[in-house]
Amino acid sequence: MPDIEANAPVAGAALSASALTRKFGDLTAVDQVTLTINQGEIFGLIGPNGAGKSTLIKMLTTLLPPTSGSATVAGYDIVTQPSDVRRHIGYVPQLLSADGSLTGYENMLLSARLYGIPRREQAERIRGALARMGLSEVAHHLAGKYSGGMIRRLEIAQSFLHRPTVLFLDEPTVGLDPGARETVWEHVLDLRDKFNRTMIVTSHHMDEIDEFCDRIALIDRGRIAAVGTPSELKTRVGPDATLDDVFLRLVADTSETETEGNYGEVRRARRAAREHG
Amino acid sequence: MAKSGVHAGPPVSMVDRSIGQALGDYLLQTWGVAAAEVQKLHHDPFELLTRAVQPVLWLMLFGEVMARVRGVAPGNVPYLDFLAAGILAQSALFVAIFYGISAIWEHDLGVLQRYLVSPAPRSALVLGKALSAGVRALSQALIVYVLALILGVGIDLNPFNVLGVAAAIVFGSALFSTLSLIIACIVKTRERFMGIGQVLTMPIFFASNAIYPLSLMPAWLRAVSHANPLTYEVDALRALMLTNGTSEYGLVLDFGVLLSVTVVLTAIAAKMYGRMGY
Repeated sequence: MPDIEANAPVAGAALSASALTRKFGDLTAVDQVTLTINQGEIFGLIGPNGAGKSTLIKMLTTLLPPTSGSATVAGYDIVTQPSDVRRHIGYVPQLLSADGSLTGYENMLLSARLYGIPRREQAERIRGALARMGLSEVAHHLAGKYSGGMIRRLEIAQSFLHRPTVLFLDEPTVGLDPGARETVWEHVLDLRDKFNRTMIVTSHHMDEIDEFCDRIALIDRGRIAAVGTPSELKTRVGPDATLDDVFLRLVADTSETETEGNYGEVRRARRAAREHG
Repeated sequence: MAKSGVHAGPPVSMVDRSIGQALGDYLLQTWGVAAAEVQKLHHDPFELLTRAVQPVLWLMLFGEVMARVRGVAPGNVPYLDFLAAGILAQSALFVAIFYGISAIWEHDLGVLQRYLVSPAPRSALVLGKALSAGVRALSQALIVYVLALILGVGIDLNPFNVLGVAAAIVFGSALFSTLSLIIACIVKTRERFMGIGQVLTMPIFFASNAIYPLSLMPAWLRAVSHANPLTYEVDALRALMLTNGTSEYGLVLDFGVLLSVTVVLTAIAAKMYGRMGY
């Protein structure tokens, strides 16, 4: 593999989806989503549980094929060029993806090997990435002994080791205390600024989304209900509105959607929260 | 190969990657998955010790009693020798057949998604897991060898024979761990998997030549055993492990069966493993 750092991405669309749709039987989880995300943006995806955010991210990261529609990520088609897409994206899942029975360094080594980073570069790049995330001192401790914030930083380091053009972060701060949330965001911003990469983030913390995202899309019942900068969306609702107000106003019927997150999802989210917390 | 221009103009696909580099990446990816599993064992070897109990019990309890029954083992092979190779295959089988449960565990945690969003081909991931099952089984083999030597089994310690035994164990474990992975992809929950694992191990073990020769079996069971890959693994192990062991089917057929079934199962598992990310 070439030195990826030497080829920082140029301006243009980092991601472009066109009428992207996914059905599970009768249920349309993602319904005709059309969306463009620019290079270098921190783009927030918000919406109630079960709105289709996770399904959308699974399609964009090539984990799940779409039922219809198309999308390119980092310039590659998610359906016809999935392995090219995978080479150019990073994904930090909501669930615990670092292996607790390996050390931080070993987790990184696994990623280095999966992404085909040349052997002679591995050690140096891993050490550099761990140092950037403030994990040098615990590099040889089992990840299972890390705090929630440290695990998240390790997972981000793992997902960023191959310098992806687009980094997907699914609820990166779920279950973290305010201090750890702050640190995670500092590192995400740092990566964006240093390497000019695109970050796509989901979160239920509207304050974070408001503070850190350049633009956001509100997803409701599989459709995009609104897209814009945080201030644009707030202005649309009224003076002195917060993003929480935007969320409550634009989501069709919160009392109904509230029950949509099924038992399995709740169980997983709580377990993820516990293991990160 | 150029990574620039990803966003300008039509994307350049990876056709310019040479076959050599692609193969190098493939091996590195397979090795990466297997190495991670070996590192885990290194951090927590307790599992290996508890798994060693079962072969010890089979050889010392079952083996010592059955050795008094005349005419079970064919030819002039003592029954304990005959059994030692079967128990070696069995202990590798038990490690491998429950291997899929770790895939379910990784799916539930989220570790699996990390594997699936990487550019590693699914078959490299499956082979890496299969290889690591083989490494686990090799540690079992070490214990069975030591125990067999203590019990006075005629073990052939010629390096080529030992390597041959290691190869048979790695191939056999790869085969059954991949079968296990396929089952995991189908049943998806740990509870269901445990039930099926229990149901599977019994027939695979008893409908084989592991603890008695096929010649003692009724015709229908002999036919089933002939279709059982474990029979060929045991046959190879008997020929290579014992000083006076012989292969009934020939080592070429034994290894041929193990390899070709593994290839077919890997192809199926690679397809199904990718869908676990849905």
